[in-house]
Amino acid sequence: MNAIEVRGLIKRFDGFTAVDGISFDVKEGEVFGLLGPNGSGKTTTIRMLVGLSRPTEGGAKILGFDLSSGITEAKRKIGVVPDSSNLYDELSARENLLFMAKLYGVPKDLREERAEELLKAFGLYQRRYDRFGTFSRGMKRALTIAAALVHDPKVLFLDEPTVGLDVVAARSLRNLISDLHRKGLTIILTTHYLEEADHLCDRIAILVKGEVVAVDTPQGLKRYADERSVIEVSFGREVAGLVGDLSARLPGAEVVFLDEARMTVRGGDPSRVLEGIFEFSKDHDLGLSAINSIRPSLEDAFVRITGLSPTVMAREKGGKGG
Amino acid sequence: MIRDDLRCIYHIAAKDMRTYYLKPPAVSWGMVFPAAWTLAFYLRSPSNFDDLIPGLIAMTILFSTTAAEAVVINFELRLGSLERLLLAPVSAESVLLGKVMGGFFFGLLMTSMVTLGTVLGLDLHPDLLVLIPVGLISLLVFSSMGALFSVLFKEVFEAQTFLNLPRFLMVFLCGVVYPISAMPWWLQQTSQLLPLTYTVEGIRAAFSAAPSSSSKDLLLLAVFLMLFLLPAMRMLRKRFE
Ligand SMILES: Nc1ncnc2c1ncn2[C@@H]1O[C@H](COP(=O)(O)OP(=O)(O)O)[C@@H](O)[C@H]1O
Ligand SMILES: [Mg+2]
Repeated sequence: MNAIEVRGLIKRFDGFTAVDGISFDVKEGEVFGLLGPNGSGKTTTIRMLVGLSRPTEGGAKILGFDLSSGITEAKRKIGVVPDSSNLYDELSARENLLFMAKLYGVPKDLREERAEELLKAFGLYQRRYDRFGTFSRGMKRALTIAAALVHDPKVLFLDEPTVGLDVVAARSLRNLISDLHRKGLTIILTTHYLEEADHLCDRIAILVKGEVVAVDTPQGLKRYADERSVIEVSFGREVAGLVGDLSARLPGAEVVFLDEARMTVRGGDPSRVLEGIFEFSKDHDLGLSAINSIRPSLEDAFVRITGLSPTVMAREKGGKGG
Repeated sequence: MIRDDLRCIYHIAAKDMRTYYLKPPAVSWGMVFPAAWTLAFYLRSPSNFDDLIPGLIAMTILFSTTAAEAVVINFELRLGSLERLLLAPVSAESVLLGKVMGGFFFGLLMTSMVTLGTVLGLDLHPDLLVLIPVGLISLLVFSSMGALFSVLFKEVFEAQTFLNLPRFLMVFLCGVVYPISAMPWWLQQTSQLLPLTYTVEGIRAAFSAAPSSSSKDLLLLAVFLMLFLLPAMRMLRKRFE
């Protein structure tokens, strides 16, 4: 079953189209990623799906509730982690969770229990009486996710969960997200980190300038990158002078030198290519030192699909965050 | 539905009371400032102190309800925490009402203290059946006025600065310390357009020896309430479209 169905969603701001007619489905229990550079419309899409912004055109169903008529019903069953950690600085970790629980109408006798459970699961129990304002970015992010879970939602929206975090904090947060996935929560997350999407998501929609240009599993996307096999070969000594002989043994393949003793071989019939390389090495006594088949990365796929340089993904938004 | 909204209104107001209102800045604006102002007038021309009490109560209503509204709305809009309230299963209208009720409860607390203190201290005998309805609706009117000014502006300081304009205008023109009847006629006309005029008039009626009706004041205050509250709700909703 689909947890979310998005159909022809459009958002315009004074003539500028931030989201340009996107459609996709999110299956129940999957982690679905919206991957795209800054300004591609990820946050705008999430804001429309959680009722913070009205679509200019198009619509969506969240857990069977129509966005235009049933958003209040849907809100009871969704949790939202906005792109900035916007809990109350003046309240302690525990008080923040209790306040959110009250807003969502969690029964009084369950609130404390739920807050305690989440504080423990997110490693914040020791700091439960400390003010949110005193937390590190990583802890703020973790508590913001916990706050989105107090009412036990079926679907969790995560907007750039690890942006601005150091490597360790980001990794621990990704592990938390994986745990939630294992428990059966449907998760829709946005990110501009390729590895994050690759690591966490069952399926990914690539968003460029407000349009979905591809939707597939990470493996599926990588197949776009290069249908040809790629093999990297290293020899024990210089082989650059023998390139003519090597090419003759590898019909249909393209040889590119990485340095004097290292090269990649693209395309050709894989078994004939391997055979050719072994014979070439033996005949010239080159001392074959390594042979690896290279799997295309999501980055390769991204570049191939979008035509954009991967550096567009590295650009951070200035200032805001945490 | 209604239960969700009422619950959120209550919890938003209660949280704002704790985190913003029951703090020195709001208390000093809401209670200390009107008291100091009244005392200054008394010391300048000592006459019958009792005469200043209705004005003091009206001023306390005005300044306490509006003491922190720019903070609870603009500051939270800026931080994005107001947005977080809208993620809960409630309407933007209820979120705004929660903010208005925060100002209302704080104002009620401050005003009750000032009223009780002066009434008991000076042994006055106001007509409670007049004083209470006028007081309650005035608290709602000025809390809504503060909310409207807050949603009109982006920054806390802008909202606060522009809120001072009607606040101080009303302190001078609505009979708080200067009787309206002693003002030039065009200022008298202006005072009719300001809600605090009816608050002062209603409270004076409650304290006067000769019983008089306050239904005109109540009615006009109800009109002001709608004029402030409905646009404020609309403006907040607009922000999230
Ligand atoms: N409220 C708004 N008014 C005008 N333009 C906006 C607004 N919100 C977002 N945009 C624009 O829409 C585009 C997409 O923004 P956003 O959804 O935040 O992208 P992302 O989250 O992928 O970085 C950007 O060009 C941004 O400047
Ligand atoms: Mg974004």
